[in-house]
Amino acid sequence: MLAAFAVLLLFQCLGEGVAFVLHLPIPGPVVGMLLLMVALVLLPKLQATVETAANTLLSNLSLLFVPAGVGIVVAVGSGSGHWLAILASVAVSTVLALAVTGLVLRGIDGKDHDAVTKDDDA
Amino acid sequence: MLEFAEFSRFWVYLSASPLVGLTLTLCAYLIAQHIFVRCKGAPLANPVAISIALIAAVLWLSGMSYQRYFAGAQFVHFLLGPATVALALPLVRQLPRLRRAWPSLSLALLAGCVTAIVSAVAVALWLGATPQLGYTLAPKSATSPIAMAVSEHLGGIPALTAALVIFTGIFGAIVSRTVFALLRIRAHAARGFALGLAAHGVGTARAFQISAESGAFAGMAMGLNGAMTALLVPWLAPLVMRWLA
Repeated sequence: MLAAFAVLLLFQCLGEGVAFVLHLPIPGPVVGMLLLMVALVLLPKLQATVETAANTLLSNLSLLFVPAGVGIVVAVGSGSGHWLAILASVAVSTVLALAVTGLVLRGIDGKDHDAVTKDDDA
Repeated sequence: MLEFAEFSRFWVYLSASPLVGLTLTLCAYLIAQHIFVRCKGAPLANPVAISIALIAAVLWLSGMSYQRYFAGAQFVHFLLGPATVALALPLVRQLPRLRRAWPSLSLALLAGCVTAIVSAVAVALWLGATPQLGYTLAPKSATSPIAMAVSEHLGGIPALTAALVIFTGIFGAIVSRTVFALLRIRAHAARGFALGLAAHGVGTARAFQISAESGAFAGMAMGLNGAMTALLVPWLAPLVMRWLA
């Protein structure tokens, strides 16, 4: 677990470093994710090391958004009276983005056929 | 018995330390998760939304400021970084499928990203929002560090962008099941990719509730759409504004 955390933090540092040096418009952790992907392909043994911490973090991913989310309540005052426009924009645009992306990939191969009955409610 | 004056002194002492914010975050989330399970995973019982509502209520009732709350909650917030790095693991496990599906994934990325940006700006301006709010909304489907940077660069309001990004994530996670059901989108890879693209990390968390496969595609879409949004918004958003003006 500790080794796994050390690896994740190390790659986050590497990602921050690369993003800073190359002036990338992508945040450090995303660069770190790409670097760790490369490392996992080159060194498959690393997968078992990272596994425990990665699974714990990813299965509780929702929790990690809560502190920033509470900030919404604080920001409510800064919409300067255009709340209808803002809410409609977010709602329409999010539904359209989900629909367009999903429709383009509707025919993608995978578990879709056998999983229809079991997971259709997800 | 503890006198009220004594209790309030204890509260002043306790709330000055990060302990309260951290404890509050974990307890609220456990309650929210319990409700989510009790509601058999209904999307409306979104754990992030319920946790936020519970914590906001406690802050409001106790008069604790957001800054003071965040002093404790930042320890949870910090883990977003390593969690993003950890997405590499499910991604690597899907590599063989990525190699096969990359043309359709690239097409979906471009189509979804353009749809998210153009529709957000267009709807806001149609309903009378200022161009500044248009720039604030344009990157709303990207993960928050990217969205805030893009918003700031173009003259939007970064703090409001951060709040709208989270709101987009929660809204996307809640409506996705209905959207996918109506359009008969069943493939786990397609659902995950759409969730990660339209609703970034919160959508990815939702996708992991569907399956590990769905979560892997969501994580990938979140990363790719972050980069794509940073590239497209600076010229696409002004284009939409000129076209509508």
